[in-house]
Amino acid sequence: MPETISIGETATRSALPPAPAPRLRGGGAERLARNRRRSAFFGRAFTWLCGGALAFNLLLVIGILTLLIVNGMGYFWQKDLVLLAQKDGNKILGEVWEVEKTRATVDAKAHDRFRLKIGNRDVSGLDFAWLDEKDVASRSFPQDAVLLERLEYGNFYGFMAELRAGGRVLATGPEAVWKAFGPLHARKDQELAAIRQLERGAIGDINYEIEHLRLARKRLDAASLPAAEKARQAAALDSQLERRQAAYQQLADRLARMRQAFSAETLVMRTAGGENKEMPVGNVVHAYRPNALGVFARLRLYLYRLWEFVTADPRESNTEGGIFPAIFGTVMMVFLMSIAVVPLGVLAALYLREYAKQGLLVRIVRIAVNNLAGVPSIVFGVFGLGFFVYLIGGSIDRLFFADALPTPTFGTGGILWAALTLALLTVPVVIVAAEEGLAAVPRIVREGSLALGATKFETLWRVVLPAAAPGILTGMILAMARAAGEVAPLMIVGMVKLAPSLPLDHHFPYVHLERKFMHLGFHIYDVGFQSPNVEATKPIVFATALLLILVVTLTNLAAIALRNHLRRKYAGSAI
Amino acid sequence: MTEIDTARRHAMPESHPHPPLAPAAAAPVLPEPARDPALDPGIVDPILSIEHLSLWYGAKQALNDISLAIPEKKITAFIGPSGCGKSTLLRCINRLNDLVDGVSIEGEIRFEGGNIQDPQVDINLLRKRIGMVFQKSNPFPKSIYENVAYGPRIQGINKKRELDEIVETSLKGAALWDEVKDRLHESALGMSGGQQQRLCIARAIAVEPEVILLDEPCSALDPIATARVEELMQDLKEKYTQVIVTHNMQQASRVSDYTAFLYLGELIEYGGTEKLFLNPVKKQTEDYITGRFG
Repeated sequence: MPETISIGETATRSALPPAPAPRLRGGGAERLARNRRRSAFFGRAFTWLCGGALAFNLLLVIGILTLLIVNGMGYFWQKDLVLLAQKDGNKILGEVWEVEKTRATVDAKAHDRFRLKIGNRDVSGLDFAWLDEKDVASRSFPQDAVLLERLEYGNFYGFMAELRAGGRVLATGPEAVWKAFGPLHARKDQELAAIRQLERGAIGDINYEIEHLRLARKRLDAASLPAAEKARQAAALDSQLERRQAAYQQLADRLARMRQAFSAETLVMRTAGGENKEMPVGNVVHAYRPNALGVFARLRLYLYRLWEFVTADPRESNTEGGIFPAIFGTVMMVFLMSIAVVPLGVLAALYLREYAKQGLLVRIVRIAVNNLAGVPSIVFGVFGLGFFVYLIGGSIDRLFFADALPTPTFGTGGILWAALTLALLTVPVVIVAAEEGLAAVPRIVREGSLALGATKFETLWRVVLPAAAPGILTGMILAMARAAGEVAPLMIVGMVKLAPSLPLDHHFPYVHLERKFMHLGFHIYDVGFQSPNVEATKPIVFATALLLILVVTLTNLAAIALRNHLRRKYAGSAI
Repeated sequence: MTEIDTARRHAMPESHPHPPLAPAAAAPVLPEPARDPALDPGIVDPILSIEHLSLWYGAKQALNDISLAIPEKKITAFIGPSGCGKSTLLRCINRLNDLVDGVSIEGEIRFEGGNIQDPQVDINLLRKRIGMVFQKSNPFPKSIYENVAYGPRIQGINKKRELDEIVETSLKGAALWDEVKDRLHESALGMSGGQQQRLCIARAIAVEPEVILLDEPCSALDPIATARVEELMQDLKEKYTQVIVTHNMQQASRVSDYTAFLYLGELIEYGGTEKLFLNPVKKQTEDYITGRFG
């Protein structure tokens, strides 16, 4: 087709007065117009393509967030307890977690199947049960059905039967027990708090002192002192140790008494199947009658559970309770990492950009730094283990904590080594961002400073660095986001499933950089894939993931606010 | 046109600009007094004297055997078309060219007797004594107050009262005080272009220099702001020696006492401003100031 048109064109043209030299190949205005139309079409199509790519990305992000929010946030909403009577006479009490249609087969039509959370792990051994719609004879929502959240064995679904103290019966029958249970449970809560207080407070302190005295004693044994002097000091230490141990014994006795009193009262629960189960009242964390709760009461419960999730310690190998230690560990680790990575990265960038003679070597170094960002993170973990933990940590132990050996102090994974490992991992990001920030400070501003008699160092320190600060902070934000989501390298340099204590407490020196810590990212992996009860913890995985995103977002927002503050302060600066 | 061409050919031998100096200079013209009326206005006791200064950027020669004396507490203007080396010459005076890679300099610049090219010279002290104002205003991304206090702080003045006083006198000296006294602690980057340039002057005089170098200070300013800066220069004449680079000839004739005309890296003519503009010795100068080329 195009050929015919262009031939026709030339023909008409040749009829006109001598045409100027042939213009475009195959020439003519029409072709020009066609080209223009075509490129306009491609331009429009390209715009749509770009927009479409962005929309697709946004859709993915929104999809992930929706998935997390729906799955994670639904977990805290209390569902009704349904009592199902089966056609074979069995009764089951539980929460409906899932309904699905079975596939129609030759001999059966499609029908609904429920997945029920039935709890009572100590009775039936299973948390969940599948039930066919066709097997159900009747269903009801008894008002007196009780849900117990317990310290052990997960939830219990059933009916209150009896309250006992020792051999004495305090109350019988669902209503009477429910009434008596409330105040008793409140008292038990206080007792539990007192026990925790004693364990973590006084007993923890005394253990800490005993450990120190024991180490001092060990040091003394190793020291080269005159025998008499040694014996004198040893005696002093021993007597102190004895006093502490006596005090400890006293406290331990008190604790035992408290525990005994704590578990004095028991609650007898009857399952839907009619079995009785006796348990200490103190074991119950919360008791509800979900079916009797109104919307507002459920809303309050929802918020309370959300709050508990964020602020409480985990229970039952992380499958229940809160995730506070993991949040705390993540934030603190990221914070420590920032402290390490920003000076390191900025100083390196300063040298590369301001001091080093720009040439082949610097270019190679720059490429190497950028490539460092592509090294698999687990490799950094292995390096951290070898270098930080074994080499540096081991040396620190030999030099400063020799008396505690063979128990390692710094020679084992800890939050400091984890933070430093991640600092190495993220330092390329900071270097690149800081270099860009430095490069964006105009030469004329530097010359202005030099022309006032400032040295190069003064110019860098007082003019260039402040002006580059927003760019540097951008690097820090990127590094923090990267570090908060990193899991693999941390698994071998100090992250644990359950840390006995936070890396920050009231014992001198308050910050314990050698301690192991929990991390949201690892928590997700652990709860989701390593837990004995994967089905039950699935919502926790979603909620934890959502929280990790939230933590990252919040830390980033804080850093962005700081950057904007700096930008406003240097309003109109080039960066 | 042809006149100019010949003039240009005469001024700058096209052959090899690099090692040998221009043929005129090759036969050493300057024994003792031999005072060339085109190049030496007979300044006694100059604060700065540039002697046989040549400068290369790598292999490219930018300044060729320039000698001139700059009088104290007067305004000396360097004029010439773009690329003639006037800014380069100015930046030699506070050794700002040291920062450029591949610069080599021959000759001397004597400042109150000593040669500033001497490696013994404390370059930061030199730059404190010879201040500079740049073509594009370059306030630091700090507050107005901190901009002016920057130099004194570098000199180790940290007492607030002293700094307050320096800031006030400097801003008054730059005729800026009344405009900014209520917003000293706001960012300097929020000021207008003319104010920013006067702030840069205030910043320069805050360290009490002896010489102020102005590198086309008004090229980015509107006529009113330009007039204010020029007025300011006249006020500053009492205390400071000023050297201004400009390619605005009216400005040079308005503000300066002495004018040097540079062309293609050479000093063509140097003399009292009035004489140079009204009665130039060299034909090239006349062509340039009458606007026949440039």
